[in-house]
Amino acid sequence: MLYFSKTKLLIIYTIIIFLFFFAILNFIKISDNTFLSKKINLGLDLQGGSYLLLEVDSNPIIDQQLQQKVVNLRKHFKKNKIQSQNLSISNQVIMIQLLDEDIKNFEEFFLNKENTLNLYYGEYRAYEMDHSILGNNIEIRYSKYGLVELKISSLEQSLEIVRRRIDEVGTNEPTIIRRGNDRILIELPGLEDPNRIKKLLGKTANLTFRLVSETEDVFGTESLSYEGSEDILMISKRVLLSGDNLINAQPSFDNQSNQAVVNFTFDRSGAKKFGRATSNNVGKRLAIVLDDKIISAPVVREAIVSGNGQISGEFTFQSATDLALLLRSGALPAPLNIIEERTVGPDLGEDSIRAGAISLAIGFLLVIIYMLYKYRKLGIVADLALIINLILLIGILTILEATLTLPGIAGIILTVGMAVDANVLIFERIKEEMKKEKSIVHAFDVGYKKAQSAVLDANVTTLISAIILFFLGSGPVKGFAVTLGIGILTTLFSAYFFARHLSSIYVMKNKNNNISI
Amino acid sequence: MKLQISKDIKFSRFYKKLNILSLILVFFSILILSFKGLNLGVDFKGGTLIELRVENSTIKISEIRQSFLNMNLGDVNVKKFGKVNDYLIKIENTNSQNEGFINSIKEKLISDLGQTVNFRRVENVGPKVSNELLKAGLLAISLSLAAMLFYIWIRFEWQFSLGAVIALIHDVIITIGIFSLLSYEINLSIVAAVLTIVGYSMNDTVVIFDRIRENLKKYTKISIRDISNISTNETLSRTLITSTTTLLALLAIYIFGGSILRGFSFAMIAGVIVGTYSSIFVATPILNYTNVSSKSVLKEDNNVINN
Repeated sequence: MLYFSKTKLLIIYTIIIFLFFFAILNFIKISDNTFLSKKINLGLDLQGGSYLLLEVDSNPIIDQQLQQKVVNLRKHFKKNKIQSQNLSISNQVIMIQLLDEDIKNFEEFFLNKENTLNLYYGEYRAYEMDHSILGNNIEIRYSKYGLVELKISSLEQSLEIVRRRIDEVGTNEPTIIRRGNDRILIELPGLEDPNRIKKLLGKTANLTFRLVSETEDVFGTESLSYEGSEDILMISKRVLLSGDNLINAQPSFDNQSNQAVVNFTFDRSGAKKFGRATSNNVGKRLAIVLDDKIISAPVVREAIVSGNGQISGEFTFQSATDLALLLRSGALPAPLNIIEERTVGPDLGEDSIRAGAISLAIGFLLVIIYMLYKYRKLGIVADLALIINLILLIGILTILEATLTLPGIAGIILTVGMAVDANVLIFERIKEEMKKEKSIVHAFDVGYKKAQSAVLDANVTTLISAIILFFLGSGPVKGFAVTLGIGILTTLFSAYFFARHLSSIYVMKNKNNNISI
Repeated sequence: MKLQISKDIKFSRFYKKLNILSLILVFFSILILSFKGLNLGVDFKGGTLIELRVENSTIKISEIRQSFLNMNLGDVNVKKFGKVNDYLIKIENTNSQNEGFINSIKEKLISDLGQTVNFRRVENVGPKVSNELLKAGLLAISLSLAAMLFYIWIRFEWQFSLGAVIALIHDVIITIGIFSLLSYEINLSIVAAVLTIVGYSMNDTVVIFDRIRENLKKYTKISIRDISNISTNETLSRTLITSTTTLLALLAIYIFGGSILRGFSFAMIAGVIVGTYSSIFVATPILNYTNVSSKSVLKEDNNVINN
């Protein structure tokens, strides 16, 4: 065990120098070279920032889609002269009553793979909708796969809109990724206050232009309140024009009132519609409604055919800017709920880095001193192995461009404490062998050999824990699993290659002296 | 001065008494757990956690409490945290998922206290997410126990596997019991700590088992009781040195690592101590009770050769 071939030594020390080089990269500045600009990233808990987990609330979309299905079903029944009764939706289930003779035909039509009312997904071998028949009653609801498809498609759209909104705010290197079928994970490093982003993401930004109802008749109207106040107006449900037709929106100041306003521009078809709507309704009030809140309801003074308009309300310049941003980036297909938020301020992050560094330095020092006290000269070997171990660990983390979190730093410190174990196991074994053996060289050789199985077993168990934690842990805890796991690998390397070589040098030099451990 | 450890401690003399002690500890842990329960943090229970710093140290904790009381948020827990001007606020209400919630709290606090308040950390976890995190945490712990059982079962005989896993469960229950007793908060990092304890305790046990197996092959005529004593003595100084270095590192985190890592390092310290104890006094005695002998170890070797 004490003999090393030249090639082996070359490989061992090349690896050490190679990783040492990468470890150093963290402490020096190198300008934009992609290969050399590798660094360990700091997690949100260390550099400060926000982590948001959003969930798409798909219920409104399901309702909307079911209503569309009902409309299409009515058309189908009318076209084929089928008598249907009580066509209605309740609890996201469509209910129909049909005559006995029509039921079989309907089922045949409904299960026809070509029909557009109930899509057939070849890849799942399943239909979009489930149906059940009880007597004359038919119930239709979304199937598992139908729901998945619906969620995924609204998630994809939402992801795009979310990306646009966050890009417009211009934060530093945001991460926006899909999680599962209905979630979006957002990481915003360095963001001090996520309030603005949260507000922007909390709005679906569904803009509609609708007339204020002037008659007492409540049919076809709904009562909506103004944004930020309790005042209520009766608004027609008929949408004259929606935000889909907007191509631009910018905040600006109105020259006359000196108030912040939002100027918008419609696309060609929007301009046409807007022109028609305004010319037909001169003198009436046109409400501008965002997410079921009235922003303003000005009186139409004249027909606007240019396709340009202005929204005024109780805006500050900031809120006008945000409204313009929302209108530019488009409406979300469904509301997003923030189901998890973790924000760390930059000063706490700095404190954590400092605390982590101090405890690492102290833990490291304590262990080094203890090993020197316990093993004297061999303690130097173990301590050098520990230093190399730390360098290797940092080097690998750098190459992987891993994210270092506060628990990750704890993992490194823990590695320092547990890494000496491999050398302790070996040294204790050597001690035992020296009682029996005359030759020191032989004692070292046997000691290394016999300790091998214990060292391996002991480290594999911790590695198993680290791997499980990596796959099931989230966020900062994952960082802990990474440093702990890689720490075990570097520990084995430094004990069995580096420290073993050092001890072999030490033993060969003292072959004929009495060494005591 | 060098601490001299006598190399022939009769550990087996203490097996019975300490096993009874362990049983009592486990029993009490379960009792405390079932009556007092765990102080689950927002990670697992949902709710909002705010770490805030006020600029002016004349602010009293009662003023902050009063301000929160006025907001009618249900159960709110305010306590000092770390430095003089730092407070940790826990709001149990999980219905406050709207995006302006945190900001409205901040505005009200600033107006009540009459000075700026720095929200150093905010964690807001909805009920759905906390439920998932709890499930994932329990799954991770059970999975690691199962993985350890499997690993030892491949490497050793079933008696060893049984001993190791009983020792692990012993360690996990007592560590969690201590957390329940002291009402320390259980959060994601505590789950990480428990998993690491599982790994560490296993590591410690495996080293002794490794030696027992080796000695069983070497001395075929000696009883498992004596083999246990010899093996424990032979590995004792390693056990103590490794526990010491690990504890030194953990103490450094506990004292200097800041308030966020305190719970984590405390759990680890408790786990390392209990884990070291259990390798010697829980795992090894089980080999005695299940009558592991040289035969069972050698038989396995023959099987391997014959196959």
